[in-house]
Parts: sequence; C-alpha cells; structure tokens
Amino acid sequence: MISEDQAALEFRAVGKRYGAVEAVREVSLTIAPSQFVALVGASGSGKSTLLKTINRLAKADSGEVIYEGDPVGSLPLPALRRRVGYVFQSIGLLPHMTVGENIAIGPRLAGEKLSPARIAELLELVELDAGMATRMPDALSGGQRQRVGVARALAGDPHLLLMDEPFGALDPVIRDALGVRVRKLHDELGLTTIMVTHDMAEALLLADRVLVMDAGAIVADETPQSLLEGRGGAVAQELVAVPRAQADRLAELAR
Amino acid sequence: MSEIWQALLNLGDQLAAHVLLSAAAIALGITVALPLAVWASRSPAVSRAALGFASLVQTIPALALLALFFPILLSLRAVFGEGLPTLGFLPALLALSLYALLPILRNAITAQANLDPGVIEAADGVGMTFWQRLRLVEAPLSAPYIMAGIRTAAVWTIGAATLATTIGQKSLGDPIFAGLQTQNWVLVLAGCIASAGLALIADGLLGTIEKGLKTRRRVLTFGGLAAVALGVGAALLANFGGSDERRIVIGAKGFSEQYILARLIGQQLEESGFSVDYRDGLGSAVAHRAVTTGAIDVLVDYTGTIWTNQMRREDNPPRDAMLEEIAAWETDTSGTHVLGRLGFENAYGLAMRDERAAALGIESIADLAGAAGGMTVGGDPEFFERPEWIAMRDTYGLRFAERRNFSPTFMYNALQSGEADVIGAYTSDGRIAADGLTILEDPQGAFPNYDAIVLLSPGTGSNAAIRAAIAPLMGAIDVEAMREANLSVDREEDKLTFAEAARRLADRIGL
Ligand SMILES: Nc1ncnc2c1ncn2[C@@H]1O[C@H](COP(=O)(O)OP(=O)(O)OP(=O)(O)O)[C@@H](O)[C@H]1O
Ligand SMILES: [Mg+2]
Repeated sequence: MISEDQAALEFRAVGKRYGAVEAVREVSLTIAPSQFVALVGASGSGKSTLLKTINRLAKADSGEVIYEGDPVGSLPLPALRRRVGYVFQSIGLLPHMTVGENIAIGPRLAGEKLSPARIAELLELVELDAGMATRMPDALSGGQRQRVGVARALAGDPHLLLMDEPFGALDPVIRDALGVRVRKLHDELGLTTIMVTHDMAEALLLADRVLVMDAGAIVADETPQSLLEGRGGAVAQELVAVPRAQADRLAELAR
Repeated sequence: MSEIWQALLNLGDQLAAHVLLSAAAIALGITVALPLAVWASRSPAVSRAALGFASLVQTIPALALLALFFPILLSLRAVFGEGLPTLGFLPALLALSLYALLPILRNAITAQANLDPGVIEAADGVGMTFWQRLRLVEAPLSAPYIMAGIRTAAVWTIGAATLATTIGQKSLGDPIFAGLQTQNWVLVLAGCIASAGLALIADGLLGTIEKGLKTRRRVLTFGGLAAVALGVGAALLANFGGSDERRIVIGAKGFSEQYILARLIGQQLEESGFSVDYRDGLGSAVAHRAVTTGAIDVLVDYTGTIWTNQMRREDNPPRDAMLEEIAAWETDTSGTHVLGRLGFENAYGLAMRDERAAALGIESIADLAGAAGGMTVGGDPEFFERPEWIAMRDTYGLRFAERRNFSPTFMYNALQSGEADVIGAYTSDGRIAADGLTILEDPQGAFPNYDAIVLLSPGTGSNAAIRAAIAPLMGAIDVEAMREANLSVDREEDKLTFAEAARRLADRIGL
C-alpha cells in the first residue's frame, strides 16, 4: 500500500549522457500521487530522455529514480514496464494486431487475458466505439490511433501514466478534445501523470504543475498560476509569452 | 513430343531426390540464416561480416562450390572419422545451403533494419522481453520479406541442384548431363523442363505463403505450407518408401562409354538378382574417390588414368606390370579391388581428319611438332589439366597456336567444322571410324596404357556373388565392340538409349 505522504515518483540526481551530449543533468524532484505534471522545453532539451529513465527505456548513468518507494533499477524490467502506462509520440501500435489485441498486449505478456468486456470498457474510456476492437490499426484515423495508444497504456491499471507528446501529430480540435479527455481520466482513475509537450498553452490549461527543461536541467517548477504571474525565470517566461501574445492578438481582433 | 513425355515419366526417382535435396538445403539455409539475421540486427559488424561472406559465396560458380566440398569433407574425416560421406547428398546439401544463404539472410536483415523504430520502442515500452519482442513483433512483421527471400533461394537452389549430379548425388541433372554428353536433346529438355517446372511450382507455393503473411490471410499461409509439406512428404515416401534392400551403386564418369558399361554391369547384376542404382556423370577424380571410399560400389576406370592421376607416376611400364602395380596400390591405399580388364583400351590420343593429316603428311605426334604453331588444339575441359597432356607436350615439344575447351561431344563437331585442327580423342570412341579420323602415332610412348578395368569398392570386393556376376565381362569386350556401342548412342540419327546399347553389346559379346 502507498501511504498518503509517499511520493509517487522521485528523481534523485538523475543524469544521462549520450557521448558528448548531456541529455539529462542532475535532475532531482519529487512528484506527489495524483499530480498532473506537464514537462515542457525546447526540442533537444532532454524531456523524452528524462521520461524514459522512469521505465528504463533509457538507463540513468547516475542517480536513481524511485517509483512508489522502489528504485526502478531494482525492479524486473517487464514488471516495471507493466506498472507504468506509456503513450508514445509515434503511437507505436503493432500493425499486425487488431485494436483489441494491441490494447490487451501488456496483460497478455503477463500471462493474463483481457476479456472483451474489459477491452470495450477501455475503448469507452477513450471515447471509442467497442466495435473498433476488431479493426486493424491502419484502418483508423490519427486521432483514433492515439486514443487506442492511451487505452493500451491504461490496460494494465497503472498508477503512473507517462505521455511523450501524445497529441503532437493531431489536428487542433481533436487535440483539444483528447487533452480534456485525458485530464478527466487522470482525475477519475486517480492517476499520477507526466505529459511531455511542446505547447505551453496545453501545459497551462491541463496540468497542476509545469516543469520547464533546458539543456538537460529543470529550470522552472511552478504551478500554471504562478507561471502566468511571471515567475519561473527567463526560459519559462519566454515559453509563456507565446500563448499570451497569441491570446492578446486574438482578443484585439475580436474587438 | 511423346518422346519427351516418356523421358519425363522416367524421371520419378530423380524428381524425388531433387525435391528432397532442395528442400533440405533450403531448410538448412533458413536454420542458419535466421539466427544470424537476429544477431546481425544487434551488431552492425556481424551484419557486415555475414552479408559479405554470403555474397562471396555467391560469386563462386555453383559447380566449383559443389566440387570444393569434396576435399573439405575429406579433411574433416580427421575429425568425424572415416564414416563421413564425401560425395553425394552431404556435400550437395552443404554447398546448396551456402548458396541459399544470401537471399534469405539479406532479406531478413533488411526487413529487421526497416522495422518502424516507433513500433520497436513501443514493444519495449509495453514490457516485452527480447524473445517476446522477437516472437510477437519482429518475426511476424519481417515474415513476408523473409518469405520473399526464401522464395528466391528456392528458385536458385532448385536450379543449382541439377549440378549435384557431378558429385554423385541423384538429381534432375542426371538426364541433363547424360543428354549433353550424347547430344540427346530429348533427355536434356526433359531434365530442364522438370527442374524449371519444379522451380515454378515452388515459387508459386512460396509466393502464396508470402501473400498470406503479407495480407494476414491464414488460409493462404497454411494452404501454401500444407502444399509444400505434401510435396516434400511425397518425395520422402518415393525416396525411402520402397523396398529397403541394399542396392549396388554403379558409378559412371560423364561420357558415353561409361554410361553404357555401367548399364552393362548393372544388367549383369540384375540378372543375378541384385538391384542396382546408377550414379552418372561423375568427374574423373571424384569417380575414383567414390569407389575407394565406398560412395559407389562399382566403377570402370582406366589403368593410365589411375597411374598418372591418382598414383602420380611418370614412368611407363608394360601393361601387365602396370596393372599389377595398380592392383597392389589400390589394395594398400584403400582396400579397393581391381577385378580385371574388360578387354579393350580407351587411350588418349591426338586425332585429326584423315584428309587433313594426309595432306600435311602427318602420321605421328612427332610429325605434328613442326605444324602445331599454326594449329588449334581442342580437348575436353579435363584434358589440358591432365599429366598425360603435359608429358606428351613436353616429350614432343608441341607448341599450338591456340587451345580450346569443348565438351567431348562438341569436340568432334569442332574438328569437322575446322574450329579445331587436332583434338585430344579417346581411342575407343565410335566416332573415330565414323568421322574418318586418324589417331596419330605415339612413337615415344608418351601416353601410358589405358586398359579399361573394373574396380570394386572395399566393401563390395569381397562379395563373391557380385564378383561372379561381373566376371563374364572380363576380357570379353574388344575395342571394335566398344566403338560400335559408343557410336550407337553418340551418332546423330537413330540414337540408342544407354540401356539398349548395353543390351546390344551384351548380345554381341555372347552373353
Ligand atoms: N539514443 C540517443 N543516442 C544519442 N543521442 C541521443 C539519443 N536520444 C537522445 N539523444 C540526444 O539527447 C538530447 C536530448 O534528447 P531528447 O530526445 O531527450 O530531447 P527532447 O527534449 O525530447 O526533444 P524533442 O522535443 O525534439 O522530442 C538530444 O541532444 C538528443 O540528440
Ligand atoms: Mg522528445
């Protein structure tokens, strides 16, 4: 059992380098259960790498990541990955399996068969028709595919949901709707969520907490409110300035 | 047309052997290529090395690759013992598997390299182990491409397997080589049609499996697999299902006389109640090896050939002394038995057209020395590599303007058409009299004696019944009889089959 005050996730001086590139440097932070955290930053700032150190798709060179009290390095890899839902930017549906088989793949690896009813329920969670279960991924739209990606991440009843630019390739209307849906799921299922995004507006609107990364380090760790009030430093404010300026111009046009 | 039908219908044994050899070679190729491809996908160095090796193998002509396994297996006997076969199925299987490697390996490595990295990352991300990822994701996604490689390999292998005939493995190459030898185009065509047809069927079935994998239609995949399994199963049954009595295997080198004598010996053995099998079209060195190692049981060989090629002797003793020494040498080195002479000699000689020789005043090889500078000499592919040729060339100081290789049959045509002025001929060849050729005298005795003798493998030689069955042939065949028999299969018109020629020969010598 996880006690109320135990952190869902803790980074202790985590570092990761690829040759000469220091992708993540000395990141330390604690994430409380049920937080919805947005991770923003320029391209190449190390967001994906930091996320991958959690389920060891990238192995930290130094420091450690603690997931619900256990250092992730000490957990058997398949078990760890089944406890962490992961939504990929590239979606990564297995093209030779049906939607239903894709959703059920995590539990199947653990030797457990998902019932059709459970698959229907998961599809419903992401607002897809239960009849989709028998379709092949290439017969879906981009938005539908990413919903299946989310359903697959949730199939193992994870406590932690990691999303790496999950809505990057979607059109704005669907992107907005899916963002809202994911936030609702987060609340309903009591998840702890980390979402990587390029889009500061999305981060501000969906998250409880926004982390800003620059050159491998966390340079700001604020609530959306305090970011909008001007805190968080230059890099963070540069990012906040973009949607703010857009909003201002739109307001002006509307007048 | 009906002749071809008839020839095709007679190819059942060869077809079954061909199917089994090809299927086994492809299966072995797959077994080696797939793990190698998995390893290669994890290591660029392995990938480069494996593809480099497979490509290198492709550049070796298939005929040479097959022949190369003979010395390789021979040296491996040091490790695996004398029981290791050096001829027939094993070397053919190994060589063809190497040949099948490249297309399978290349397609498997390419398929792996082209897998969507997002899909691979997702497979890891959902918690697959190495083997789960291989089984559940990489294998099914690569399967259609690997199947395409297997398909290419199958077509190549079925084609190249016809060459297995030359190393003593029964295949659809048997009629092709026999037919080429005697310009019996019906046989050649039948062999080609059968092997091409087999390749097309295999291509079609494997293509169906590939399509099934690609479009994920199990009916096609399993239907294709079932058809392949059925074909291989039928071949297995045809090959091993019959009586399991031991057959006496009679070898023949790749020329008419050998085919005929093999049938003659076979018919004698069959009359004595043995069942027999033929390994035709063996290379000269391979054939001798085959009988000394027991890969075949009976072979007709020639004293001079063994003397110069196997014993590496350069002196030239009288024929009785030579035969005695050969018999002793065979017994000492391998336990092979020399049963005795058949009666005729098939010597190497240099032949010219009668008129041409008369016009130039050439009667002996010594006369030729002066004129050779303006002449083309023709020979079969083995001829110019043999010590006899080298000895004769040096003895008489022959310097020809040009040297050309022909298959034995085409050599005689070349002489008639003037493409060659002199050819290295065989003295028992029926075409010498029929074509009006002169065999040039050999005053210095550069060529040794070439009495035809019967060799029995170490295991067969002690079998009194076999010896008794062949004994009536000893000393019974004179060179006229042999020439007539050879001509009856070599001539352009009214060709006899080898078996018919053998029966006529038996009649003529009063058996
Ligand atoms: N497998 C790898 N091998 C070598 N370098 C890598 C690898 N993965 C990431 N990097 C490097 O590490 C740095 C951080 O990459 P990362 O993918 O974490 O950035 P990001 O913030 O997710 O960028 P983006 O917003 O473009 O996805 C980059 O300089 C990148 O080139
Ligand atoms: Mg990224």
